[in-house]
Order: sequence, then structure tokens, then C-alpha cells
Amino acid sequence: MSGEEFVPLSLTPLLIGTFAAIACALPGNFLVLRKQALIGDAISHVVLPGIVVAFLLTGTISTWPMILGAAGAAVVAVVLIEAVRRLGQIEAGAAMGVVFTTMFAAGVLLLEQTDTSTVHLDVEHALYGNLESLIWLDAVGWSSVLDPVALAGLPPELPRIALTLLGVSVFVWLFWRPLKISTFDEGFARTIGVRTGVLGMALVITAAIAAVAAFDAVGSIIVIAMFICPPAAARMMTNRLETQIAWSIIFAILSAVSGYVLAGYGPLWLGAADAVSAAGMIATMSGLILAFAALWGPCRTRAGAPGPA
Amino acid sequence: MLSLAAHQGASVAEKITKDCPLAIRGLTVSYGQKPAVFSVDMTVQPGAMTAIIGPNGAGKSTLLKAALGIVSPLSGQVSVFGEPLEKQRARIAYVPQRASVDWDFPTRVIDVVLMGLSRELGLLGRVRARHMSRAMDCLNRVGMRDFADRQIGQLSGGQQQRVFLARALAQDADLYLLDEPFAGVDAATEKAIIAVLKSLKEAGRTVVVVHHDLATVTDYFDHVFLINTRKVAEGTVAEAFTAETLQSAYGGRLATAQIDQISRALG
Repeated sequence: MSGEEFVPLSLTPLLIGTFAAIACALPGNFLVLRKQALIGDAISHVVLPGIVVAFLLTGTISTWPMILGAAGAAVVAVVLIEAVRRLGQIEAGAAMGVVFTTMFAAGVLLLEQTDTSTVHLDVEHALYGNLESLIWLDAVGWSSVLDPVALAGLPPELPRIALTLLGVSVFVWLFWRPLKISTFDEGFARTIGVRTGVLGMALVITAAIAAVAAFDAVGSIIVIAMFICPPAAARMMTNRLETQIAWSIIFAILSAVSGYVLAGYGPLWLGAADAVSAAGMIATMSGLILAFAALWGPCRTRAGAPGPA
Repeated sequence: MLSLAAHQGASVAEKITKDCPLAIRGLTVSYGQKPAVFSVDMTVQPGAMTAIIGPNGAGKSTLLKAALGIVSPLSGQVSVFGEPLEKQRARIAYVPQRASVDWDFPTRVIDVVLMGLSRELGLLGRVRARHMSRAMDCLNRVGMRDFADRQIGQLSGGQQQRVFLARALAQDADLYLLDEPFAGVDAATEKAIIAVLKSLKEAGRTVVVVHHDLATVTDYFDHVFLINTRKVAEGTVAEAFTAETLQSAYGGRLATAQIDQISRALG
């Protein structure tokens, strides 16, 4: 494919998909190790009431109120989950289950009880995203990458997700040491002065922000998959957290690029007429990578697995 | 009631000097309705090896965790070398129960020991050769030097416990608090750990150990703190580790035969 075709039609969706995948996979490494990986699933449900409330307050379905509403709901949800977990002294998964079903139900009720039914709050869009539609029509080829006029026409999702990825990366880089120590041994972390409660909250809020930015661009399927699949597959490639992070980034990129390409061309290669959903294919690829890692990864057997003590 | 307890704590706290490694006053901790630790006072002697003993569920680990600020007490005060805990964190090292962490965590033995240097390294400080050699020295002291590059999940229980001890050694603290370091470890590890703890004592450090094996108390320790939710006895082994105090702490849970055995051992 030539630059004239690739840059306007495929470059931006590829970049957006890749950035979203990495932004979710990075905090996902810690969430998986903390057994909180389902937080992506939880957040994908709780954004519904946030979006409805944002619409009720502003009366528009423009992007920023929706994003802020979703982010607000996500932050409320993670704070509630932590509160339920710590005050109720129950397992994280149970706390998530309680909070996200309740908030999702509240969103459904809100949607029903207000006259939002006349507005097109598209569920399908929220679920699968519209990665293929994030094209850059102002571009004419690779030269447009340096052309300020053409750059002004970039889909706004791209700078948003790029900024989010930058924020997530800085968070992980800056708090690497306390994140690692408190994920491994929370009690010890507290004795050396790490404020583990605050740090744990910061981690889930970072994950929530990444999730909302990624929903906006690519939909919830990718988000849920990227929080879990690349980190879980990466864990089976190595026994070092540093290397695991690197593998998770590689797997995130691999899923995004191969999923996008296969969604666009795979059906054509097979003789079918239409392309399939890129978001769906990216999530599927991440699942396949996880399956391969589980079958052939060098560190898939766990020394700490149930067995003789 | 809370304010009263706090007030009592404050009035006693004035007498606590900088020499006292750990002083606890009026400490009450509760996880639910029933307190796990109730109104406990404890004064750890400098340079001593103190065993915290008591029956299962007596609040031994909770007492330690509250002293370290890992769990929040309902009331009471903790002072470390005469100051609030937060100001003296650098002088404390902690060895948690081995079972409290996930040994599947993707990290190597040496990385765990380096965690003991994190206060020194700060957020972004690089691990340099001198940090590495200090961590290796600590591994050497617990006989685990050859395991530095192993993934921690590949270690036996006793080896894991030694790695935790090496991490505490890397903290180079004045007060060492250990939670059941001898639980489920092999005899060689138990010997290695007690040798390290005795060398710490000889170097003038203070060691406090949550301990469950009554048979070894007289061999390993010079001070005893006996607890069953409330404090039962505190003092030197001769003062606090007697048939009477044990009967009082363990009640019917300690077989009379065991008491007799211990009494004989004590002469």
C-alpha cells in the first residue's frame, strides 16, 4: 500500500489502537499481579451512568462532557471499590462485582427514567469503538506528517490517547519502585513509609483514566482485553517484572497491529467481501497471544502452584 | 473511652526515653467487634532478644503490625526510640510472615534484598555497585549468596525465609521485628536464622520475634512478652516465662504435660 493510501486511512487508526493498547497494558501489569485485573471490566460498565449524568447536566452528546462524565464515574467507582474492599475486608473481585453491577444498573434506570431515549446514546459504539472511522482525510501521504495544516485535521482521539499514554508512562516510571514493592509485599512497603493505600488508589485511578480515554477511541472490548491479556501473556515469558513490562508492551503492539491488519484484509484474503471489526480482531489477537504464551511460554509453570509445600 | 485511653497513654509516654527501642502504651486493635489486642503496654529493652509468645489468635502478629503502623489501632501510642514511629522508620526493619506474600511474583532473590535499600535509593535512585555488593553481603550472611539470580518462587520455604531476613539486614536497622520467622522452616534454616539474630544482638541491635515454639524460648531469647489479647507477663525469661504465666496465657489449650516439660526445662 502506498503512502497516499496508508497515511490517511490506516496510520491514525493503527497509532490510536497501539497507544490505547499500551496505555491499558502498562497499569494492567500491576493490576494482574494484584489480582485486580477485572477493574477494566468494572470500569467499562460504570461509565454508563457517568455518560447519562453528563448528558442530563449538559444536554449535549459532545465529546468532552461525555469523557468527563465517564472519567468521573470511573473514579467514583474505583474509590467505592477500594472502600468496600478495605472496610468490608473482602476480596477485590467481590468488591468490584458489587460496585460495578450497582452503578451499571443505576445507569440503566437513569437512562430509562429520563427522556434520554430520544437521544442516540449508542451502545454499539461504546462497546466496539469506531477505530476504522478515525481516519485522517487531510493527509495526502507521508509528507503530511510534517504539514501543520494537515496535522490540524488529525482525529482528536489521537492526541488524547497519546497524552494519556504519556501520563500513564510517567506514573509507572516515577512510582516504579514503590509500585513494585507494595505489589509484592504491602506490609513491608508500609513499614518503609510507602503510603500503600494512596498508591493503590492512584494506580486504579490511572487505570481508570487510561480506560476512559481508550473507550473514547477504541471501545470497551479492547480495554478489557488489554488490561489482562498482554500482561498475563508477558508473565509467562519471564520471571522478572522489568522484562514482563517490556513483553507486555510488545504484545500490546503486536495485538493492535496484527488485529487491525487482519480485520481489514483477512476476510478479503479468505474471499469474503467485507472487513470485520478491528476492535474485535485486536482483542481476539491478544487472546490468541495469551493462548500461545500459556502453551509455550518459558515461565508458564509456577513454582508456587498448589502442590507439595 | 477512646480519649481516656489516649490521655493515659500520653501521661506515660513522657517517661519514655530515646534509649527505649519500642514502647507501646494502651494499645487496642480490633478487626471486628472483638478486640484482637486490648489495652496492651509493652516496653522493649535495648539490646535484648525478646520473644512475643501466646496461643493462636492471641494478637501476637497484630501487636507487631500495630507497632509498625501496618494496622491502625483503635487507641494507644507507639514510640520508637522515644519518638513517633514516622520519624524513626529508617531505624526499623521488619520481616513479615512468609505466607503473607505471593512468591509467584516475578522477581529475583537479589531484587527482594535490594528492596531493603529502598529508603536509601529513593524514588528514582539507581542501584549502583555498592548497593549491589551490600545486598550480596546480606545474602551471604544468611547463606543464600548462590541463589541471588533465582526467581523467588523456586526457593524452599526455609530459603524464602532467609531471603526475607537478608532484606531486613540490608535495612541496617537498630530494631528488628520478625513475625514467626521459624514457622515451617527446616532445621538448618532455623539454626542459620538464630545465628544471624544473635550476631545482631551482639552488635547492640534490638530484636523482637513473634514465636510459637515454647520449647526453644529459653535457648533463643533473653526476654519474653506473653500475650493473650491482653498482656499476661513481660520481663526476662526467668521472670515472665514460668508455669504460672504460661497457664494463665494458654489456659486449657496447653496440655499439662507440656507445662511440666517446660517447668523441668526451666529447672
